Amino acid sequence: MQLGNVASLAYFIPELVLSATVVILIVLDLVTDNRAAAGIAALAASVAVFVLILAGGAGNERMFNGMIVFDSFSFYFRLLITLATMVAVWMSIGSDEVKRCDQGEYYAVLLAAALGMFLMAEADNLLMAYLSLELVSLTSYILTGFLKHNRRSQEAALKYLIYGGVASGTMIYGMSWIFGIAGSLSFGMINGALTQSGTGASLGVFIALVLILAGMGYKVASVPFHMWAPDVYTGAPIPITTYLAVGSKAAGFALLTRFFYPAISRLAANGNWQALAGVDWPQLLLVMCMITMTLGNLAALQQTNMKRLLAYSSIAQAGYALMGFVVLSNDGIRAMMFYLIAYYLMDAGAFLVVMIVANATGSEDIDAYRGLAWRGGMVPAVALAIFLFSLTGIPLTVGFIGKFYLFAAVIRGQFYILALVGILNSVVSLYYYLRPIRTMFLDQPAGDEAAVTGEAWNYGLMGVLAAATIVFGLYWAPLIAFADRSLKFFTGPA
Amino acid sequence: MPGGLTLNHFLVLSLIVFALGLFCVLSRRNAIGILMGVELILNSANINYLAFAFYGGGKYDGQVFSIFVIMLAAAEAVVGLAIVLAIYQDLRTIDVDATETLSG
Repeated sequence: MQLGNVASLAYFIPELVLSATVVILIVLDLVTDNRAAAGIAALAASVAVFVLILAGGAGNERMFNGMIVFDSFSFYFRLLITLATMVAVWMSIGSDEVKRCDQGEYYAVLLAAALGMFLMAEADNLLMAYLSLELVSLTSYILTGFLKHNRRSQEAALKYLIYGGVASGTMIYGMSWIFGIAGSLSFGMINGALTQSGTGASLGVFIALVLILAGMGYKVASVPFHMWAPDVYTGAPIPITTYLAVGSKAAGFALLTRFFYPAISRLAANGNWQALAGVDWPQLLLVMCMITMTLGNLAALQQTNMKRLLAYSSIAQAGYALMGFVVLSNDGIRAMMFYLIAYYLMDAGAFLVVMIVANATGSEDIDAYRGLAWRGGMVPAVALAIFLFSLTGIPLTVGFIGKFYLFAAVIRGQFYILALVGILNSVVSLYYYLRPIRTMFLDQPAGDEAAVTGEAWNYGLMGVLAAATIVFGLYWAPLIAFADRSLKFFTGPA
Repeated sequence: MPGGLTLNHFLVLSLIVFALGLFCVLSRRNAIGILMGVELILNSANINYLAFAFYGGGKYDGQVFSIFVIMLAAAEAVVGLAIVLAIYQDLRTIDVDATETLSG
């Protein structure tokens, strides 16, 4: 059903709470000197938002005169984004880097980014897609450069800004062509205009889609729009790196899926999607997906900085998730959605361990991990090993189950070359994921390294993430059932 | 539209502006110059929206979109200049090649 502005507010409460919290945090920053208050308030707000989303459930409404939709798909992604926000806030509270910053502003901007990601997952209109993507981008630039007088942080922000500005500019130029060809900005109307009538402008549509892919591909960091990722991930404060890696990427996949599936493709009765006749974007994405994972994995092989290694690894992981995206079936999208949760657990966990080690030693280089297990860091070392095994896709971890569903969807869709490339890539990735594990357990400490003693705050979250990585690797049925239930887009008159 | 202008004229104009913007982004080494190239790209999209909206007739979707683009371009410039200023305070230069501590 299409709702007007006032009627929509009833379904918009989590977002309203987020917006209100942003304002409150800014005011709080002005009236109190208590530096820890902002973090706790932000954490409380994100927990409240999580509960409110769960309580609100999923529906089938189009809100604010067709700007955003309230459906099962957005329900799934809003929960995932809230979980990512919680982890980012939790890590920020425990991070030595962030403690030196102006915290009221920091958390306000962080929650504003969460609001933008929510809207990305819900957008049903090209204008909303652009606005929400820019809201996430602008806040991310600020957060990346938040460490004042830190040269790496500033430089990362500048690079992010330049790549981001070009990517989103290119995207709206492409959107303007879709607007011209379809005559509307609303996804429903675009679908009607492009799939039913047959525009006769298939080349124009294809070029427009390539341009749009620049903006959305940049958010998920897929080749060839990935260049910003290693530098930004290395330069940003670690909680923000985590947030970009798990939150921003998930929101990017949500928007990508919503635009490329319900907006410009048609669902056949057998659960497969049909791309527009004469517009061969699946082939293009197939090639992009294969290059993304290969390039990510090969570049990760020679990294000596853990953040940078995980940055290239996250490019490769985006490539794996794209495997589910390009096979044009509901199986594939479901596998992608499941994989994003798996990726959230293991990647956030890995970055958390990097932060614990950075807090203790002040370094992010792999050298700082030498003999970590034998100098007081047995617990984080074991946790990091679990996360890295999961990222590789070793059985008994959630990463294995996620990859299993992805490969199952790829093989069922008879994309054998893609499956082969994916498997070869997993083998390559084993090498660089095992390297830190070897350094932590098999190398002896030289004796001059700082002892790693973490705080209960960080260890608690690490335990939860590690436990979830294992538990969902053994008992994943509820998660995949949830992804299956959530794979329902808004349906209604355009 | 007076002067025999058609939709195609505007589309070609926007394509030229887009190409110039892209060229500017790729060829400039000065951060401010690159930001100006981004502005050109945004404005090429604006020309398209307005032209399609004018010749397509009907609702005001295109005009509204271009107003939002103008507004967001301003917001982006604010954030961009703040970052450039912070870099200038540290490095005394805004040449993007001079800020090469991250690589590999």
